[in-house]
Order: sequence, then structure tokens, then C-alpha cells
Amino acid sequence: MTFIPLFFALPLAAAFIIPILGKIAKSIIWIFVTLVSFTLFILALYGVAVTQQFPMIVYEMGNWPPPLGIVMAFDSLSAFMVLVISILVFSGSIFSWRYMSHYTGTWKFYTLYMLITAGMMGVSITGDLFNMFVFLEIAAISSYALVAFGVDAEELEASFKYMVMGEVGGLTFLLSIALLYAKTSTLNLADMANTLQVVGQTPFFWLVLGMMLLAFSIKAAFVPFHSWLPDAHPAAPAPISSLLSGIFIKVLGMYTTARLVFNVFGLSRGNAPVFFNVLIGLGLLSIAFAGITALNQKDYKRLLGYSSVSQVGYIMLGFGIGNFYGVAGAIFYILAHALGKGLLFLTSGSVVNATGTRDITKLAGVGENMSTTAWSFRFGSMSLIGLPPLVGFFAKYFIVLGALKAGFWWLAIVAIGLSVLTLGYLLKIENNVFMKKGRTKANKAPFTMRVAMVFLVVLIVLFGVGFQQIIDFLVGPAANALLRGVEYANLVFGSVGVSF
Amino acid sequence: MKGMSLIVRTITTVIIGFIFIYGIYITLHGHLTPGGGFAGGVIVAGALILRILVFGSEPADEKKSEIRTSIFESVGALLFIGIALAGLVIAGTFFLNFLPKGIPFNLLSAGIIPFCNIAIGIKVGAGLFSIFLALAAVKYVVKD
Repeated sequence: MTFIPLFFALPLAAAFIIPILGKIAKSIIWIFVTLVSFTLFILALYGVAVTQQFPMIVYEMGNWPPPLGIVMAFDSLSAFMVLVISILVFSGSIFSWRYMSHYTGTWKFYTLYMLITAGMMGVSITGDLFNMFVFLEIAAISSYALVAFGVDAEELEASFKYMVMGEVGGLTFLLSIALLYAKTSTLNLADMANTLQVVGQTPFFWLVLGMMLLAFSIKAAFVPFHSWLPDAHPAAPAPISSLLSGIFIKVLGMYTTARLVFNVFGLSRGNAPVFFNVLIGLGLLSIAFAGITALNQKDYKRLLGYSSVSQVGYIMLGFGIGNFYGVAGAIFYILAHALGKGLLFLTSGSVVNATGTRDITKLAGVGENMSTTAWSFRFGSMSLIGLPPLVGFFAKYFIVLGALKAGFWWLAIVAIGLSVLTLGYLLKIENNVFMKKGRTKANKAPFTMRVAMVFLVVLIVLFGVGFQQIIDFLVGPAANALLRGVEYANLVFGSVGVSF
Repeated sequence: MKGMSLIVRTITTVIIGFIFIYGIYITLHGHLTPGGGFAGGVIVAGALILRILVFGSEPADEKKSEIRTSIFESVGALLFIGIALAGLVIAGTFFLNFLPKGIPFNLLSAGIIPFCNIAIGIKVGAGLFSIFLALAAVKYVVKD
């Protein structure tokens, strides 16, 4: 009996119990979902603890050995992703009780919520390329439905746009899987890594890698492919916006890119400097373009959506730098941005719930009664901007440190300089909504919403103050798991049958 | 939704049962012959859809069958994941084929695979039928 399949089996089972539960007693659905997500959180903490001792846990589905059967390869990076996912799923489910109360058919919402969780968990821990595609599509299709959940014209349009672009990405990924399978005759990531070493860096290799990069750029919303995100993420209900912006784009776009580039294709800055420069270019373009666009937005959630595109650029920047500090910074930034942006979207939900509008020019005066929301917003944005004791500072600090160690002093200056944009657009909300005196009447946010927001604020402060422990036990091992390169394959085959 | 002419109704009355049983046959023999849970489920859903197309239906009935199909859909998925989790609980591995494998080409062989097929058949049949109800149900036609 082991815990690894539970990460996706538990939410999947919950997703299909909910429709039956919905026929019997509607009120217990929320309690059930919160319990499931709390269990996932505990399991994820346990997973992090276990990976301290075992760098790689390979779980064979149905006892079929690796090159033939599907395996779950649970290493430090997977443990890290699973932990971040479960934090946001837990806070989102607490938040959603009161927020979803004025929607009809909430059981459908919670079913999709559990499905999207199962999909993201599956992508993070699978060790099989096609399995990764299936989980990726489970998560993506649930997200299309969740974006359209309000069924207003605006939401349906956003969802349709998102679906078309998302499926272009998904199908490109499928095509590249087919090409790789034709070349290497395997779908197991570890086995594929071994075979690709033999293939070498041929034009075929770069074609497939380019297709995958295109697919994941669409899923992660890098700048030339970002146009669905500022429509889709604001249209979703706030807990979903928080989940989508906080972790969804990173699991489907960043984690998959990093895992495939480093561990399967076996690239590093040493043997493919041009490719890594392309990653840096993509990152810089996203940061600058989306950051400038965000300055012009009047819609609370749309501004945050552009901000997500911009912040994701920093993560790609870190991966592009490619040394230990850069990659660790990128992984740390995944955590920092998940907590920060997740929190900001929750505050937007709280404001929308109280006032019914997202237009920041009409929201002046909200801050008077909603002090918890206002302070949560301040903590979240201070972390994103990068003020010292909070988690966002250390994430950005490591990326800059990585740039300096790699000799890109200009990149360090640009990365710091561009965070002025973050300051600019987040101050715009602060200024117009929470600081300004106005006549907008708003009641205090409901208790459960405040609990969810304070939970994330506490984590932001805690992870910031205890950054040394986070680096030692969480982010550092995860970065090493990536920088291990194709050693990954030997580790997977070597860890079969290790019991813990 | 209005029904169809007397000829179609009479023929359908005769063959609809056979279609249904054929779907179940395909599902149950999934581990022996081509087909399986998905194909069988599609055929079963075909029989259900044929019934509504030929004999027509009332909005109230459709509401009822919508609720019923959504329960069946959940049950199918739960059965499937229940089989997978049973492997974890009984034998310690997720999705382990823990039942005796039997003699090849017997109906009762191949361990858990026939049961997986049944679960998939229920899920797919109910799923396709609920898609049909969502796309072609009377309530939307009446509203327009």
C-alpha cells in the first residue's frame, strides 16, 4: 500500500462521488471537497518528507515494469509541484463555499474542480509521455468548462477562444508525441531519454522540441500566444481564476517544458546555449509586453491576468539561465507566484462578491470595510513586487543571482528594472480600490473567504522568513532533480522496486 | 420531441432489444473479440437514442432520464476507479490484475479486464446518451 496513486485517484474518485452526493444532500458537498483537498495537502507534505530520503520513487501501475508499463516517477520536483497544487486547491475550496453560493448547479463546479486537480496532480507525477498528455487534457478540458461556468456571453466567448487555442497547443503536443514514438519506439520518459541520447541533436530532435515548446508556450501563455489568458482567467469564478493563474499554467506549461528539456531531451546551457537563449528571449518578451499592457487595464481581474503572463516570464527566464541558482530561482518563483497571484485573485473574488463589479474606477472606497481583503492584497502584491521579508523577494533574488553567476549582468539589471512594471500595475489597483476614499459600499468579506486569504498570507510570510529551509528541503532538491539531466533515466530504472 | 411514422415505430419495436443486447454482448466479450467497453457503450447509447428519436419524448421524461444518466455515469466511473483502488487495497498495487486469470478465450477469464469493460460500457453509454440529451433535448427547442 503506497500513497503515490492516491494523488490522482482520490480527486478522481471524489469527482464522481459528488454528482451522486449532489442528489442526496447538497450541503455536504463543500465539506467533502474541503476534506479531500485537505487530505491531499497532508499527503503532499508527507510526499515532500519522503523525498528527503529517497530522491526518486518509481511506482509501477499494475506491477508492469518500466519500459512496458506506465510508471509514476515521483521525485523532488514532483513533490514540490504536488505541494503547491494542493495548497491552492485547499485555499480555493475553502474560499468557494460562500463565493459559489449564488451560482446554480454547484455540484458541477465541484466535480470539475476535483477533475482539474486530478489532471494537474497526474501531470506532475507521471513518468510516461502519453500519460502526461492524457492528464494534461483532463485538466485542460475541465478548465474550459470552468471558465464558461457563469454561462454569460462574455464567459462563453472567453471559454471558446481559450478552447480553440488550448487545443491547438494540446494537439501539437500529441503530434510531437507521435513523431517521438515513431522515432524512439517508447513512451516512457526515462527510456525515451536513453534513446534520444543515441538519436543525437539532429534536425528531427530540434523539430520535435520546437513543436513541444510551441505547445507549452500556448498552455503557459507566453507573449505571442498569450491572448486567451486575459480573457479566460478573469471570466472564471474567483477560486478557479486563482487556481488557473496560480498553478495551472505552470503545471501545464512550465513544469512540462522543464521536465522534458532537462530530463528527457538532456539539454543544458553547456550543450545547447542557443536554445536556452531562446527561452530567455521568450521570458523577457513576456515580462515586458504583458507588463506594459497590464498598466492600461481597468478591469481588476483582467489586469491580474496580464500580470500572470508577465510573471510567468520570470520563471522562463530562470529556466533559461540554466545554472543552479537560475533553476532554483525559477522553481522558487513558481511557489512565490502561485501564493501571490492565487491570493490576489482571491481578493478580487472577495471584492466582486461584495460589490458585483470588476471595474477598478467604480470601486473606490471598498477598502474601508474590507480591511482583511485590503491587507491580503497588500501582502500579495508586496510579495509579487519583491519586498524583502516575503517569499517573492527571495525567488526574484535567486533568479538575479543566477543571472550574475552565469555572467549575464545586463539580464540581472533588466530583470530588476522590469519589476517596476509590477509595482506600477499593482499600485494602480491599490490606489483606485483600497486607498481611495469613495462612496462604494461594501460589507466585510464572509468568514470562510477571510480564512482562505489569511491562510495564503501566512504562507507568504512563513515561506519568506524561512526561505533557507525552503531552499534546503524543497526548492534545492527540486532544482537538482532537473539539473541531474539524463541521469534521471538511470535513477528511474535504478529505483524500481525500492520500497519505503 | 415528436415521434416518427408507424413503419419506423414497428420496425424499431422489433430491433431495439436486439441492438441493446448486442451492445451488452460486445461489452462482455471485450477481452475476447474486437470491441470492448467503449464500443459496447456506444451501441447501448445508440439504442437509447433511437428510442427517443422514434417514439418521441416529453420534457418531464427527459428531465428524469437526465438525472438517471448522470447517476449511471458516475456509477460507471466509480466502478472503474473502484476496481483500480481494489488492486491497491487487496494486493498493494494500483490497477493490479488481482483476480485469477482463468483459461484464455473463456468468457470468465483475464481477471479484472471484463469488469473494467463493464464499467467503461456503463460510463460511455450514459455519457453519450447525456450528450444527446444536452444537444437535442426538447427544452431548448421549446425555449426558442
